[in-house]
Amino acid sequence: MTRVVVTGMGWITPLGNDLDTVWKRMCKGESAIATIERFDASSFPTKFAGQVRNFDWTQYVHNAADHHEPAMNSQFALGAAKQAWEQSGLGSYQELNHDRAGIYLGAGEGVLDFSAHSMIDTHSWNVEDGKVDAVAWAKFATAQLDEWGEVEQEPNMPLWHLAREYELRGPAFNCLTACAASTQAIGEATSVLLRGDADVMLAGGTHTMLHALGITGFNRLTALSTFDGDPQKASKPFSRDRGGFVMGEGSGMLVLETLEHAIARGATPLAEIVGFGSSADAYRITDLHPEGRGPAAAMNNALSQAGIDAKTATENPPVQYISAHGTSTQENDLIETMAIKLAFGDNAPNVPISSIKSMMGHLIAAAGSVELITCIMSIQTNMLVPTINLDNPDPALDLDYIPNTAREAQVDCCLSNSFGFGGQNNTLVVKRFNP
Amino acid sequence: MSQSDNNKVVISGVGVISALGVGIDPLWEAMLEGQTGLKRIERFDPSGFASQVAGELAEDEFKVRKIVPKSHRKATKVMCRDTELAVGAAALAVENAGITTAGTSDDPPTIDPNRVGCHIGAGLISADVNELGAALVTSKKEDGSFDLEHWGSEGMQNLTPLWLLKYLPNMLACHVTIVHDCRGPSNTITCCEASSGLSIAESRRVIQRGDADACLSGGVEDRVNPLALYRQHCTNRLTETDGSGDMTQVVRPFAEDANGTVIGEGGGILFIESEISCNKRGGSPWCTIEGIGCRQSFTDTPLDADPHAIESAIGKAMSEAQCTPNDIDLIVPLGSGIRKIDSVELEGLTAIFGEALQNIPTITTIPFTGNCMAGNGAICIGVAAKAINEQTIPARLGSESTIGIDAAKCCAIKTSIKRVLVVTPSEGGQCVALILGRVGT
Repeated sequence: MTRVVVTGMGWITPLGNDLDTVWKRMCKGESAIATIERFDASSFPTKFAGQVRNFDWTQYVHNAADHHEPAMNSQFALGAAKQAWEQSGLGSYQELNHDRAGIYLGAGEGVLDFSAHSMIDTHSWNVEDGKVDAVAWAKFATAQLDEWGEVEQEPNMPLWHLAREYELRGPAFNCLTACAASTQAIGEATSVLLRGDADVMLAGGTHTMLHALGITGFNRLTALSTFDGDPQKASKPFSRDRGGFVMGEGSGMLVLETLEHAIARGATPLAEIVGFGSSADAYRITDLHPEGRGPAAAMNNALSQAGIDAKTATENPPVQYISAHGTSTQENDLIETMAIKLAFGDNAPNVPISSIKSMMGHLIAAAGSVELITCIMSIQTNMLVPTINLDNPDPALDLDYIPNTAREAQVDCCLSNSFGFGGQNNTLVVKRFNP
Repeated sequence: MSQSDNNKVVISGVGVISALGVGIDPLWEAMLEGQTGLKRIERFDPSGFASQVAGELAEDEFKVRKIVPKSHRKATKVMCRDTELAVGAAALAVENAGITTAGTSDDPPTIDPNRVGCHIGAGLISADVNELGAALVTSKKEDGSFDLEHWGSEGMQNLTPLWLLKYLPNMLACHVTIVHDCRGPSNTITCCEASSGLSIAESRRVIQRGDADACLSGGVEDRVNPLALYRQHCTNRLTETDGSGDMTQVVRPFAEDANGTVIGEGGGILFIESEISCNKRGGSPWCTIEGIGCRQSFTDTPLDADPHAIESAIGKAMSEAQCTPNDIDLIVPLGSGIRKIDSVELEGLTAIFGEALQNIPTITTIPFTGNCMAGNGAICIGVAAKAINEQTIPARLGSESTIGIDAAKCCAIKTSIKRVLVVTPSEGGQCVALILGRVGT
């Protein structure tokens, strides 16, 4: 039977740009949330975010000129992918069949030039008609917009950059299921490998919505925290006073390959992907199903594929950690807790759960990949990272959310949840590699 | 994770919306007659753009409120045009498949909703510049500059609260899953022209691995708005025309004098189903999906195509279909009329078929519908399925002659069609090839 293992990982996050730095900071329960510097957000309802810092994408590619000024999401992807590729050892592997090395990303769109777009729309506004004068709009757009920047808006552009960098010619997909995208990408990349359609898949996500229109959109949805205090205290999943999510940005990338291929080239498996579940709420665009139907189905499907009976009560639950979607919105954290109870039954209180969004914010399409890497780091180090800012627990949320302090534990199997706006839900189960 | 035994997957319902109408039949009839849906853009004044023609469906020909259940009518307010068209195409596919869902009646669903997935390709949905502009203009200073501080404190309040939800690409699939109560695996593929084919590849993979019995699958995109048109202008792929000439000659696939493509709106949703499920419910499959191959191009820019990717994707699809080039009766290429893309497509196809390529007829849809990007592949696949069913190749538009491939202007012909190759290279370098087979062959 084909098995799929992880042989490389990398991330670019608000907490840092390499595996060790980010992991150590998460184990210390540090927050990366700070005042937004990318644009002047001082008048916005939300003025803080988790922003990637000290990152120069040109240090992560062979030749920057090959990449034609990538948008920031592509820059992050290149940074994370280089770490993963190097860790996997594929960079020095000469026998790679490039037609059997593919990519599956959950990448968001490029960064919109809000300054230029606001100028174009307002200057072409026809007061009498109450709409844009399309002829004037075209004139201003031609003069003001960077043509290549608009091409880079397409969500499949990070895919091209990664293919260009590593000569990946195999199956290639980009999905964009909002906050669930990169978990879905990793799950479907695993499926591509299990089908025998590739030997290696570079999989993960990348996204930034840390621009004026992105913050505007989420502010209007009232989904973002507008916490009026220390930004580092703003993201507080599972707290009684949680008030919305905090925007983050970044990328997480993993090299997945069939165990057979990994062993044949002498690679070291870091973990094994054993389960993937996908579902749709099919309920409402703006609300989660009140009983957690969709998230529970995603978890059940993933656990079933992994051959794990999670419900039967036992002193040693078969899953030792859940990386929660844990956005810090009232609705998500409540519904996710209900769904975990549906999936884990009487075992639910015994499974530690945390949300790293408390420390780095919500990386949107990239969130799931970074959270899966967190799971694998937990397996490798036997450490569970905390949910910080959990000082005022919500009495309605009665599971073990690893409040504020990291915890040592034997960790052999983890589950990672991602739920997208609109009701697309995805769950992965990852295990310690056991030959 | 284990892989269940493969089983056959069929297309058992077809829903297409294009510039030529709502449904596969008006498109097919127009294609038989050689009538194009391309014309000068009417939705806005395109005079500021070099390319002023599109495949545009008149707004009064399709009203989404008329086809959603009463319970979902309020949600139509947060649909962009792409989502409206996807919901419309899905309704057509469900009707054509002859199944009952929560979106069609109160009767029990034909298929367990937990076993129905949804994979819909979507594009980079461009904001409605009128909607956004109306809000932005409230933060315009007297000197004409934009006041970001005012926008943050007051201006953004002029944007409807759910504005963002209109423009998330996954909303096409989300609305469709809600209307039809599809609770199985759901995804949104965003790979430009390859989106539809890759979505169908994923639906087939999901069905074959046992996670669903059926999926609504395909892709839809609307490029007929100023921002989307501008973004295509940035790729230098559009033909320059003000719409005053012969519209049947605007897009000339594989012609030496081809000078670009035009945008369009539309796409298709197909009902993809395991043959076992289709037989069990007494469904009537249009065709079998015999093989799929997908590959990534390795190119100097994301706007180039790669003949090796096309050749390799077709090779993989043929391998799955257990067929040879001699078994292909019809090819539906992208045929965009973008000369450098057409020439690479030709190179990739020639690598597979050799000189025999000149003897295999093709269907090219873009001269009829415009390039609907994420929806384009689904239109191609819907037309290919129709061609198999009708044993007919519709007319072609474009140039009077092409070299190396049978893609010149011609009338419709009746012929025997057992297998069709649909191949789609995309902006960004993804390439997908599907082989569709006549049921029973």
